[in-house]
Amino acid sequence: MTLINGGSPGLSRRAALALGAAALATPMLSRRAFAAPTELTMLAWYGHAEPDIVAEFEAERNVKFVPKYYTGGDNMLGLISQSPPGTFDVILSDAEYVQQLNSAGYIEALDPADYPFDEFFPEFQHFPGHWDGDTLYSVITRFGFLGVAYNTDALTEAQASTYDVFWDPALKGKVGHFDWHLPNLGQISLLNGNASPYDIDPTAWDAVKEKTMTLRPQVGGFFDYGGTFSSLNNGQMLAFAGIGDWITGTLERNGAKVRSVIPEQGGLQFTESFSIGKGSSKAELAKEWIQYVTSAKGQAKSAQMAAYPCIVPSQKGWEVLNAENPAEAKRQGMVEGPGSAIDLIRSGRIKYRQLLVQQSLEEWNDFWSDYKGA
Amino acid sequence: MRRHVSLYGLTVSLPLLIWQLLFFVFPLVFLIALSFWTVRNFRMQPDFDTVNWITMYGRGIFWQAYATTLALATMAAVLTSIFAFPCAYAIAFKLPERAQRWAIMLMVIPFFTSYLVRIYSWQVFLSDAGIINVMLGWIGLGPYGLLNTPGATLLGYVTLALPLVVLLQLFSLIFIDRTLVEAAHNMRCGRLRTVFEVIVPSARVGLVIAGLFAFILSFGDFVSPIYLGGGDPTTLSILITDTTKSGQQWPRAAVIALTMIVTLMIVAFLSIRFAYRGRK
Repeated sequence: MTLINGGSPGLSRRAALALGAAALATPMLSRRAFAAPTELTMLAWYGHAEPDIVAEFEAERNVKFVPKYYTGGDNMLGLISQSPPGTFDVILSDAEYVQQLNSAGYIEALDPADYPFDEFFPEFQHFPGHWDGDTLYSVITRFGFLGVAYNTDALTEAQASTYDVFWDPALKGKVGHFDWHLPNLGQISLLNGNASPYDIDPTAWDAVKEKTMTLRPQVGGFFDYGGTFSSLNNGQMLAFAGIGDWITGTLERNGAKVRSVIPEQGGLQFTESFSIGKGSSKAELAKEWIQYVTSAKGQAKSAQMAAYPCIVPSQKGWEVLNAENPAEAKRQGMVEGPGSAIDLIRSGRIKYRQLLVQQSLEEWNDFWSDYKGA
Repeated sequence: MRRHVSLYGLTVSLPLLIWQLLFFVFPLVFLIALSFWTVRNFRMQPDFDTVNWITMYGRGIFWQAYATTLALATMAAVLTSIFAFPCAYAIAFKLPERAQRWAIMLMVIPFFTSYLVRIYSWQVFLSDAGIINVMLGWIGLGPYGLLNTPGATLLGYVTLALPLVVLLQLFSLIFIDRTLVEAAHNMRCGRLRTVFEVIVPSARVGLVIAGLFAFILSFGDFVSPIYLGGGDPTTLSILITDTTKSGQQWPRAAVIALTMIVTLMIVAFLSIRFAYRGRK
């Protein structure tokens, strides 16, 4: 054992001081690794803040998402209106509710230059409802189609390719409704030949009501999110109105014999977009999240979301998805060419799901309740 | 004789009073106020307008849902009480004390599991390709449409209420004076007659309270009508959710909720009055 300058065995005072200083300085050298993650609150449909989507961003930016999940636009508006300003940093919304969010002053204006719109298909570069004049309020991140969902053991794709299949006597008691008036009545409006299914005059609205009522004896139930999954999965319902691949795609990936098809009368399109909550103290970080999820890499990830798959508006995102998972790209119609998702939109077979123009939401909902009770 | 309020009595009863004020009276007052608010452009506004009451009470679907809910809850209370009684009777009168304790524990166990999970598990039994239809298929019957029916909803209500009703009936039966039963037997009263003329009247309060709880639980339940009944027919709990889906119409939902509360209070009052009728 050697004592040097009266210090501890094998360690000089200078070395000990240097070691101590280094130990003390280590956390300062890698502060990010030791700093508590910044919490970013997200108000969204289930799945958007789950690890398969946010883990990479969380790790890169030392962020921790705190999600609050909702089921439906009204539920979302209710949660925001009951919370103090700044509660939610990022808000995911369906397109028809963005205008409501904006008029109520719940979301911030965005700078279009911050987001990769040039990588999007032209149809989504200035998406209606997300802009107020030239001011951007929300950035589209995903969309999907609503048509006829069906059990592949019970129906062929050709049979399911018309909304008339819901009236097939063989399906009596086996037709399910996703319990929300907007997509279901929109589909009947399409079946009645209304080119703008949500902008119909009183005569057309009466015709929609009349036609819908004739479907009632066929209906086996009205289901929420969970009920829709289980009734399709266990074969209890063989055809379903008001939904699309966002439900059947998830089930199909897990082996269920269900699929969705856009019928000859056309389909409806829903969209999901991100906004920054008014009064957010982390608006910069929220902006970075939206940039991430709308980047080609983020878009490919979003298209394959575990909770429910969707089509993405980014052309570059399609390219990445085709390279990463060509089977899923093909299944969702994200391979450019005839029959692709964008081709369906361009051919005019898809109409936006939107709020009503000539009737109030209340009028449609009241009829929906009457229909359910009939 | 006039009773004096002691400090001790006040201290003991104060938490209950605070609890009731915080979690029953204040929310109820708010619910009443909310039913007079209005909604404009998805936003609720404090107001004093009877429009929500007039609208809801003027709708056929409201009264239809009310009648459906009342009928289903009444049937659930009656069926649950009938199914529970033999079980409670057997535990109270036929089992030794040690076995009684085990039986009570078994009755408590269902409360350890989620009601939602229990209801979902019924789907496995009731669906067209479910266990019951598969078993019926072995003897050449079926398949029958068991799921998404009012019968399935009732089954869910019974699942929810049965353990509690058995326990309440049991505690009522256990404390019946056995000498009354012995006296009935000594006077050559048959077993069945003893049950209906001695045991049931003696346990009337407990039996009625048990049935009342089954009614209360079923009347407000949302899970069974949705997941076993397929949302068809519409019950009041489903109508509440439908109403809130329409442009934030919470004030109208408040009207439905208040109607449900008043109904439950009337049913509870009448039941208790019936239970204690003729007692001093």
